[in-house]
Amino acid sequence: MSELTSQKIPVTVLTGYLGAGKTTLLNRILSENHGKKYAVIVNEFGEIGIDNDLIIGADEEVFEMNNGCVCCTVRGDLVRILDGLMKRKGKFDAIIVETTGLADPAPVAQTFFVDEDVQKNARLDAVVTVADAKWLSDRLKDAPEAKNQIAFADVIVLNKTDLVSKAELAEVEARIRGINPYAKLHRTERCKVALADVLERGAFDLDRILEIEPEFLDAGDGHDHHHDHDHHHGHDHHHDHSHSHGGLKHYHDEEMQSLSLRTDKPLDATKFMPWLQNLVASEGQKILRSKGILAFSDDDDRYVFQGVHMMLEGDHQRKWKDDERRESRLVFIGRELPEQMIRDGFESCITT
Amino acid sequence: MKQFDPGEGASIASITDKVRPLAVGMPISSVYFLGETAVFVGAEEKAAIVGAGGEISPVDIHGGAVLCAASDGARVVTGGDDGKLVALNAKGEVSVLATDAKRRWIDNVALHPDGAVAWSAGKTSYVRSGKSEEKTFDMPSTVGGLAFAPKGLRLAVAHYNGVTLWFPNMAAKPEFLEWAGSHLSVTFSPDNKFLVTGMHEPALHGWRLADNRHMRMSGYPGRVRSMSWSAGGKGLATSGADTVIIWPFASKDGPMGKEPAMLAPLQARVSAVACHPKHDILAAGYSDGCVLMVRIEDGAEILVRRRGNAAVSALAWSPKGSLLAFSTEDGDAGMVEL
Repeated sequence: MSELTSQKIPVTVLTGYLGAGKTTLLNRILSENHGKKYAVIVNEFGEIGIDNDLIIGADEEVFEMNNGCVCCTVRGDLVRILDGLMKRKGKFDAIIVETTGLADPAPVAQTFFVDEDVQKNARLDAVVTVADAKWLSDRLKDAPEAKNQIAFADVIVLNKTDLVSKAELAEVEARIRGINPYAKLHRTERCKVALADVLERGAFDLDRILEIEPEFLDAGDGHDHHHDHDHHHGHDHHHDHSHSHGGLKHYHDEEMQSLSLRTDKPLDATKFMPWLQNLVASEGQKILRSKGILAFSDDDDRYVFQGVHMMLEGDHQRKWKDDERRESRLVFIGRELPEQMIRDGFESCITT
Repeated sequence: MKQFDPGEGASIASITDKVRPLAVGMPISSVYFLGETAVFVGAEEKAAIVGAGGEISPVDIHGGAVLCAASDGARVVTGGDDGKLVALNAKGEVSVLATDAKRRWIDNVALHPDGAVAWSAGKTSYVRSGKSEEKTFDMPSTVGGLAFAPKGLRLAVAHYNGVTLWFPNMAAKPEFLEWAGSHLSVTFSPDNKFLVTGMHEPALHGWRLADNRHMRMSGYPGRVRSMSWSAGGKGLATSGADTVIIWPFASKDGPMGKEPAMLAPLQARVSAVACHPKHDILAAGYSDGCVLMVRIEDGAEILVRRRGNAAVSALAWSPKGSLLAFSTEDGDAGMVEL
């Protein structure tokens, strides 16, 4: 897989609500002296102040696939542009797709799952979301797009941190973590972030799904966060609330949650696969992202998968190492996730 | 050609030794004949003109990727990501037909036998015919494909959720043929009775133009990127499967309720098809680089090129049908005289 993957051109999807700083980050990527050439697909010409014949205007044209599934939407313009760009293979190292501030990242991501030609030539590297430290908390309340973009992110660039107090920063980070505890979070001013932290992350690489550890620990508290994860989800979420562990606030978002599942006992592949497929088929509209590393009974290989809404891809990755704990881990991020149903379903796939 | 391949049956007739290899020296996306002269259109910047004697002359046509190409037998017209629409003749003379003011990509081009040219950039289609003024027409979504009807000045514009039929020289409201999904290519049957689109999903969609009845042509494992009408328009040969799929169009109902013919199965997908201009023969190129000639009547095959590294991207017959030109994506090109 690595041979083939390396020939595919990495694509970074850059999202962020209006005014968060996407264009600032884009200009930084394009002007910094990193020796790489990027093809950039933007939705508004002119905002980029750099002359580059590989900047292409897009129309964000989304269409529904004819498969009866309303959330199977893809970006038709992206299919066309990537097809054209592939004729200039070798003239650039990577592709960045900027979405509009009001865009749902799902159709972009799904384009890389659905389209055979796109899959052959390009791979989704990561969804990078730029968020405005001052205004994000408000936008999470009134703009569903902003929440989607946070939920979808593999990397969050929390920008304009110089415009908020420490307390406000802690607050907005806690809000982000309430929705998506798995993304890498970088605090920045004017989007000053090391490009290596944003580009070529391999977040959609099946090989790197291991990195689904929540990042609570990065925020500075050292307590057992497995526990932290599991205990919130048993009760009803009628309203936002927070509680404190070692000074760090934990929020629950009423609407958008993440759910992590793990077990030391091997899973029964003949039960798990149909269960997962049925789950995303019936609940895929609610599930924005899913990822997992799986240990099946009678299987010496780790199986990894990831999904966007109803679309899944998965593969045997490599042999479990002798000194490795054969543990299965799954993560779902979504809206009004049917938690108990997912937990019960997962339990029923564990071999006894 | 390059290596002996025991994997393919010895029983199949072969003319691989008659093929003249052509060192065009660049990735190729299509090929056309202007008389006995072949024009190989590169994936970017250049075309290569190959004369009857096999001499190769490269020509600069675009400042970047070549996104689309069409020919009316007298010239090849290409659109590029440099925003230019360029015409090239058999002598290698290049003329710029149009330049997009905003340097938008020229995504599609179509030519009419009487000299009209149509092209599109984004949602806008343009038509220029004879001495009349250039006409433009905006679609609700980006244009996926263009085709002129064989009679009259009528342009089919494929886009999201259907095809718009536009008479550029008439004030009449364009006709809209609706079908959900993204339509990426479009072609009229030579008798002007049917319209067929290649969709984003692995399927074709068709309309009988007399009554706009729908025809669904599905079952492909991959997207249909190449379509070619057989001599007289009796059938539509298509790529996208591991056999050449030929839909019957000889009767007034077209393929409605009928099974397609499936010829020349290989362990690879068909990537390009070109029907002979006079006889019921077609050439098929595959994703493994193999090129076959196939008799439509009984599926008899002749090997033209053994499989290699890259998929066949270009196939064309000369107007008389005496020459067949091909190339793979990576520019392994050849020509054979029959």
